[in-house]
Formats: sequence, C-alpha cells, structure tokens
Amino acid sequence: MDIQRLTRLSECSWQIEPHGNMQVPAIIYGDEKLIHAMDDKVYEQASNVATLPGIVGPSYAMPDAHWGYGFPIGGVAAFDADAGGVVSAGGVGFDISCGVRTLHTGLQRVDVTGKTEQLADALFREIPVGVGSTGHIHLSKSGIDAMLSGGARWAVESGYGAQRDLSYTEEKGCMAGALPKAVSDRAKERQRKEMGTLGSGNHYLELQEVMQIYDAKAAACFGIKQGDLLVSIHCGSRGLGHQIGTEFLAEMVNNASHYGIKLVDRELACAPIHSPVGERYLGAMRAAINCALANRQIITHLTRQVFVALFPQAELELLYDVSHNTCKLEKHAVDGQSKMLYVHRKGATRAFGPGHSELPEPFREVGQPVLIGGSMGTASYILAGNAGSETLSYASACHGAGRSMSRHKATKSWHGRQVINTLAEQGIALRSPSLRGVAEEAPGAYKDINAVVEATELAGLSRRVAKLKPVLCIKG
Amino acid sequence: MPESHPSQYWEHFSHVADIGVRGYGHSLADSFEQTALAMTAVICDPTLVQPQKAVNINCEATDNELLLVQWLNALIYEMSVQGMLFSRFQIEISGLKLMAVAYGEPVDQKRHMPTVEVKGATYTELKVGQQEDGVWLAQCIVDV
Repeated sequence: MDIQRLTRLSECSWQIEPHGNMQVPAIIYGDEKLIHAMDDKVYEQASNVATLPGIVGPSYAMPDAHWGYGFPIGGVAAFDADAGGVVSAGGVGFDISCGVRTLHTGLQRVDVTGKTEQLADALFREIPVGVGSTGHIHLSKSGIDAMLSGGARWAVESGYGAQRDLSYTEEKGCMAGALPKAVSDRAKERQRKEMGTLGSGNHYLELQEVMQIYDAKAAACFGIKQGDLLVSIHCGSRGLGHQIGTEFLAEMVNNASHYGIKLVDRELACAPIHSPVGERYLGAMRAAINCALANRQIITHLTRQVFVALFPQAELELLYDVSHNTCKLEKHAVDGQSKMLYVHRKGATRAFGPGHSELPEPFREVGQPVLIGGSMGTASYILAGNAGSETLSYASACHGAGRSMSRHKATKSWHGRQVINTLAEQGIALRSPSLRGVAEEAPGAYKDINAVVEATELAGLSRRVAKLKPVLCIKG
Repeated sequence: MPESHPSQYWEHFSHVADIGVRGYGHSLADSFEQTALAMTAVICDPTLVQPQKAVNINCEATDNELLLVQWLNALIYEMSVQGMLFSRFQIEISGLKLMAVAYGEPVDQKRHMPTVEVKGATYTELKVGQQEDGVWLAQCIVDV
C-alpha cells in the first residue's frame, strides 16, 4: 500500500481521509513495514465500508488485514440502527462465528515426551477433519433447531462438556436472539452431518507450549505459565454458516436498491437493521453463532476423551472461546454518549478491556483473553484486551497472522511433504488428509505473526500475555 | 492448468486468501461448465473424479453474473449435502434459467486427496461475458 496516501496518526495508526462517498474516515493499524506490504485492496475496501449507511466512527482495518469480500479481512465497523444503519452479510463473511477456543491441559512438555506422535494419531483419528468428513452426531430437524437456539449450552446439556465451559465462552455459550426459523432448510440440511467437524483450509487443532510470558499478572489470571501445554481449536459454523452467508448475500444484493442503498461493490450487500431482511439475517446469523459455539464444544469433548485415554492426569479446562466473524450489538461510548451499536468484525477479535461486565469474573481485572491463531509452524499468541481499545477500534484486535501469499503461489513454492518434514525437524507433528492443503497453508504463506501482534500492542488494541509454539497440529 | 482445446478450458487466478475460478467456452453454458471444472480443481484433480452419479441442478437469476454465482453455489450445496465431487456437467441455459446435470462420485479422502472445501462463490472479481474473439468467459473468486 502506498503510504503517501495515508495520514499518520501515530506509530501504528494510519488514516484514510474521507473521499468520494465516504461518510467517515478509515483507520488502518500496523507498523510501517506491515502497511507497506499490505494489499492496496485493503485501502479500497476499508474506504468502501465507510460509504455504508449509518456507519458510526471510522471503518477500521486491523494489522493482519488483507483483501476480503466487500469488507477487508481484519475489518471492523459499527452501525447505529436508529440512524438507518445496516447489517451486512458480507461484513460477517461465509464462516460465521469462526473463532478460536483454547484449553488448558494440566500437562507440560515432559509429560508428552515420546508420546506426541501417538497423541497426534489419536486426535487425527477421533476428530473429523478435511473435505467430506462427517461428525459422529447426526441431528434430526428438531435437534438442529435446539442446537441453533442453545449453542454450546445445548452441547453441554447433550453431554458434550461441563457447565464450567459455558462461563468461559463468549455469550456464556449461548447467543441470544437466534431465530432458527430464519435459517433455511438447505442451511440446516448442509449441517446435519457436520456437527463436531473441524473443516479444512486454515482450520486446525493444535497442541501448543507456552514459550514466553510477557504479562505475568494477566498470565496468572488466565492460569498459564511458561512450559504449560494448551490446546487451541480454530473452526466455525461449518456448512450451515456458509449457506446462510450465501443465501443472505444474494438476497441483500437483490434488495439493496429497494432500500435505496447504492453498493459500490456487490459484496458489500447489506440491509437496514430495521428491515425484514436485516432482522431475519441477524436471527439467522445468531443461530449460526450458536452452531459454531456448539461445534467447538463438541470438538472440545472429543479432544478431552483422547487426552484422558492417553494421559489420565490431564485436565482440559477451558481458558476461553472467542469468535472473529460476527456482528454483535454492543454498548460503546460515542462522543461521550453511550450508544448501542451493531459492531461487525470480519477476521477481527473482540477484545474487551478490564472491568467489562461481559467478562468472566476472574478476567475482569486484566481484560479479555484475545486468542490469536498462527499457522502450523508459526507461533500463536494470547493477548489481553485494553481499556483504551474501545475508542480505538470498538474493542477489537487482530485475529491471526493474515495471509500474504495466494494458495496458488504457495503450492508453487512448497510441497506438502517438504513442509511436513521441515516441521518435524522443528519438533512439530503434523497430521492432515491433504498434502496440497498443507502446502497451501505453509507457514511462509502468512505474514509474520510476531510483527502483527507487536503492531497490535503498539497501537494499543491489546497487549501481549503469552507466546505459544505448536507441538502438534491437526490440519484440515 | 489449461486443457488442450484452445478456446474451451479453465484456469485458476490469484486472490491473496482464496482462489479465482475462470472458464472459457464457445457458449455461455460451455464457460459455466469450465468454471465448474475449475472449482472442482480447487478441491482435487478433476481427472480423479469418476462421473458415476448424476445430480440435477436448476437455478435462475436476474443477470448472467448472478447466474454464475447461483450455479456455483448450487454445486457447492450438492457437494456438501451429498458428500460428492463433480467432474462432468451438461448445462442448458435458456434466458436466465439454468438446467444442468452434474456427474460425479462420493468423496474418497484417500483417492481424491481433497485439499480444501469451498465455502461459497463470491461476487468478487465476478465477470461473465463474450470476449472480442467470440469466446465466452465466466469467473469469480470462491471462498475456501
């Protein structure tokens, strides 16, 4: 991206001044190197988002931003329903409520030494992963509706996990306002056999070792210390979310002119929040959030069974579960006044600061755990939300490293076997049904996650608590 | 990976996170057929997919570009609920209505070694039209 086109607000904050039909400025976070390497499309898309009706405050792009659909991946924007604000299916994306869940294991590296290959094999066997895989649970029509209303709470009540898990999941495991009726039969059909599946692409389950602690107080609060092993699960609402995204995107494209909305890009398709389409989408999207929460809860249960069979002393307590493709109604201060806004986060993580009432009691002193996923060989991070991020980004932070290379180029640059061997040399056991998939997801195809989280911290969006290194990875 | 025929083939094009599918053909229907093959090739080598089972697909839209997105999304839906991959397509387009039969087989992880599932066809880089040389082109980015 051409830095000359931006106004520098601080070391890691850059503004696109309003131009064309932009109603507000756009702000991109990142250090000079990240901004320089960032796709020009981020500039275009962050500017386009700023043209949408009812937007409040700037359109934001996080330090891991890259070219997305309508919104950039890493995009954050808030809308006021009473000021004609919109909800955008493209602003949430196809993989509704894709997110990361991290579990303690009660184990240290020494406990798994000599057993990581066996553990990797068992996890790969028990957790459905990759194209065409189906879950162990096949839901009936009424079962699907109960899942769409109940989320992780439904999963726990169905025997997949413990009540305590719900306290450490966003929305306490159950997104309010879900409307299973707003979800089409086709979307439900697409999910019938996909509960408890990891999916493919950049989705994974990793065993990770805490390599470094940056903030001892927050780490103690989160219950982690150097040398601990954690499990992180990255996946979303599977076929159901994809189908809801597909159907509402088409409906919103077709209805935009009816609502007097001029779309500069069809992928920005949206509808007024106060409209039949907008309300149905919100209900369906919230149902998809519940689907994602239930899905990660079932995978948690399967993971626990594998660990306990191999390591009877293991205790897989949930650290936290956070989604990064959502639109949520939240209270934020705007010009000194408290307002309820519909905050879209597309490839951006909610990052509430200390004291926020939605956080579990033990985290209120230090802020929300912000779980940032790496890619196989690269580090992952646990950050903590800052109080100041509310005015910087509606309390949002990055969500991962962000791709820097196309899948096509990645397969030209690496072979899957070569990636597996390189990771093995680094002590990382990898299991995946697809060698080409491994090549497409090679660590080198992503931005430097260390630079992304440093910029996130420098910009004040969140602060680093711990750095995690993968020990084994189950890749879709 | 263009096939040998000069005016009827498919190819992929780059998007930083996802992948573009593009088909060329003698007619609109031919270009849609090639784009569908390009989409299968995102998942696996299409030559590994046996056209054993037929699935009927009908869709319509308000313009040719939206029809392409509908067509690809209808295929994505069938791949997902039937657990299938497709390698041969018979398409008829009449006005803005598409009637097709897609032929394929159930996914076999060992034999097909599928790389990634396609979540949806997008409106990004969406183009459908006849080029100056008369060849039809149909393309969009698919989210994976």
